[in-house]
Amino acid sequence: MPVSASSRSVRRHARPLPAILPIGLLLVAGALLAVHGFASARNIANLGLQASILLMLSMPMTLIIMSEGLDLSAGAVLSLCSVVMAEVLASGHGLAGALAASIAVGLCFGLGNGALVSLLALPPFVVTLGTLGIAEGASLVLTEGNAVSGLGTDIACLYALDFAGVPFPVLVALATWLFTYLLLHYTRFGTYVFAIGGNRDALVLAGAPAWAYHIAIYAFGGLVSGVAALLLTGRMNAAHPTVAIGMEFDAIAAVVLGGTSFERGDGRLLGTVLGVATITVLRNALDLLGVESSLQVVSIGALILLVIVIDSLRRTRRAQAA
Amino acid sequence: MIPGSNAPEATSRLPAHWRHRLAGDHAALALRAVLIALIGLALALSSDAFLSTANVLNVLRQASLIFLLAAGLTLVILCGGFDLSVAANLTLSACLAAGVIKAGFSPWLGVVTALACSTAAGALNGLAVTLLRLPPFLATYAMLWILQGLAFHYMGGQEIFGFPPAFRALGTGFLLGVPVPVYLMAAVLVAATIFMRSTNLGQEIYAVGANPEAARLSGIPVRRRQMLVYMLSGLMSGIAAVVFLARVNAADAGMGEPLLLPVIAAVLIGGTSLFGGVGSVLGTVLGSIILALVINGMNLLDIRAQWQPLVVGVVLLAAVMVDLVGRGRRERIG
Repeated sequence: MPVSASSRSVRRHARPLPAILPIGLLLVAGALLAVHGFASARNIANLGLQASILLMLSMPMTLIIMSEGLDLSAGAVLSLCSVVMAEVLASGHGLAGALAASIAVGLCFGLGNGALVSLLALPPFVVTLGTLGIAEGASLVLTEGNAVSGLGTDIACLYALDFAGVPFPVLVALATWLFTYLLLHYTRFGTYVFAIGGNRDALVLAGAPAWAYHIAIYAFGGLVSGVAALLLTGRMNAAHPTVAIGMEFDAIAAVVLGGTSFERGDGRLLGTVLGVATITVLRNALDLLGVESSLQVVSIGALILLVIVIDSLRRTRRAQAA
Repeated sequence: MIPGSNAPEATSRLPAHWRHRLAGDHAALALRAVLIALIGLALALSSDAFLSTANVLNVLRQASLIFLLAAGLTLVILCGGFDLSVAANLTLSACLAAGVIKAGFSPWLGVVTALACSTAAGALNGLAVTLLRLPPFLATYAMLWILQGLAFHYMGGQEIFGFPPAFRALGTGFLLGVPVPVYLMAAVLVAATIFMRSTNLGQEIYAVGANPEAARLSGIPVRRRQMLVYMLSGLMSGIAAVVFLARVNAADAGMGEPLLLPVIAAVLIGGTSLFGGVGSVLGTVLGSIILALVINGMNLLDIRAQWQPLVVGVVLLAAVMVDLVGRGRRERIG
C-alpha cells in the first residue's frame, strides 16, 4: 500500500514535543512543593483512579480529532451507558449482560454519529451536539432524573480488584491505551485515520472505503464509552443520568493539550496521555487546595490557551529558522 | 469540513449571484411559513389551550428569546464561523447583571453590565479565532466552559431573585397588548436585515463566509469582519440575558444552558448554512418560531420536561439535514 508507506515515513519524521511536557512537569513540581498531601501514597493511588476514565475517553477522542472531527456527546453517552448498565444490574441480571447492554448502547451512538458525519458529510460538532441532547434526554427519561442504585456488590468488587498492585480501573485504562496504540500504528485502520484527517478525498480517489473507516472511528468511541461505563458505575456503585456530562470537555482538552491538530491529520497518543496526566494533576491539586470545580474548568481553559500560544510561537520561530 | 476553514472551491458563491437566487430564497421562506402553519394547526387540534391569545403571545415571547440569541449566531455562521458560547454568555451576563441590580445599583447599570460582559466575551472569541487561528467551534467551546465556570463560581450555588418592576417590564411588560420582547425581536430583525442586505459591512460578512480567500483578495479585511460578528453575537447574548432575567425575575448558573440546542436548531431550520455565506436573519425568525412552537407544544401536551433534551436533539439533527438538502451539492466526493 503506497498510502501506508508514505504516511508511516511521515510519522517517523522527528517532531518537537508538544509544549505540554515542560508545563506538565512544572505543574507536578509545583504540586509536590506547594500542595499539602499531594505526594501521599493515598493521593497518588487516587490520581490513577481519577485519570482512568478520562484516559479512556481521550483515546478515541484523539482519533476523532485527528480525523478533523469532534465528539461532544462522549460524556452524555458515557452517562447513558452507565445508566443502562445500572438498570440491567438492578434488575438482577449479571455483570456480563450489563456490560453487553452498555457496549451496545455506546456502539449505537458511535455508529449513529459516524454515519451522520461520514455518509452525510455533516459537521461533527453539530451532529454530536444533537446526539448529546438525545443521550442526555434518554438518560433522564430512563431514570426520571434520579440516581439508579441497588446494584448488588458485583460491580463494586470488580472495581476494587487489583492485579499485582495495579488497580482494576488503571489496568483497563492502560489496556485501552495499548489497544488504541496498536490500532493506530499497526493496522490499516490506523493508517486510514491519519489519511482521513490529512486528505480524505485522496483516500477516496485511491479506492479505499473511507466512509466505512470514518464510521469506525466514531464507533470505536462509542465502544470505549460502553466499557468505561464499567468504571464510572463501579466507582459509585450507582449511576446518575448526567454525572459524566462535561467529561468530554476534559477529554477534548487533553487531546488539544497533547498537540493533536484539528486540521492536519496529525496527532500523537503519547501527547494525549500527557494531557490527561496534566489535567488530572491540575484538578487534583486544585481539589486539595479547596478550589471548586467551576474554577478548575476556567484554569483548564487558560492552560489550553497557554499551550496553544506557545505552540504557535514555536511554529512561527521554526518557520523563520527554516 | 469545518466552518471557517472552507476550501475555496467548496462554497464559492459570490455576492453578485445573490440577486438571482432571491426567488429561491422566497420559496424557502414560504416553505418555513407553511411548516409553522402546519405545526400550529396540529397543536390547535390537539390542545384547546393553544389558540388562546395568552398562549400565542407566550409562544411569541419564547420565540423572541430564542431569536435574540439566534440572530447573533446567524451573523457568525453567515461569516463562516460558529459560536457555541451564546447560551453560557447569556448565563454569565444575566448573573452579573442580577448581582449589580441586587447590590442596589440602578437597573440600567445592570443592563450596561450585561451588555459589556457579553460583548467582551464575544471579543475574546473573536481574538481566539482571528489572532490564535483556533477553529471557531473549539475556541467558542472552550469559552462556553470558561463562562459557565465563572457563572457557577460567581453564584456559588445560590439564586438571585426579585428585581424592580421597571426592569421586569423589559421581559414581562406589554405595549398595546403585545409583549415588550416581541418589539425587541421585530427591531432586531429589521435592523439586522437592513444591515446584512443594504450595507457594505453586511455584504462583506456574506462574502467572507462564502469564500474567505476570495474576500481577502478583493480587499475585504477578513479578520476585522470576523471580529465584528463575534462581538455582535456577544452583544445579542447580553440583550437576551437582560430580557430573560427580566422575564423570569431570577438568575442562577444553569439558566442559559437549555437554550443552546434550540438556538442552533432555530438558525439551521431557518435555512442558514453551516458552511457560511448562505442564509438570512429573516429565516432565523421563522426557525425561532418553529422551535418555540415545538417547546410550547411539549408543555401543552403534558410531555415531561425530561423529554425535552431528547426532542430538541432530534430536531437539531433534523435541522442539520435541512442544511444538507439546502446545500444542493455535497462538498465531499465520497
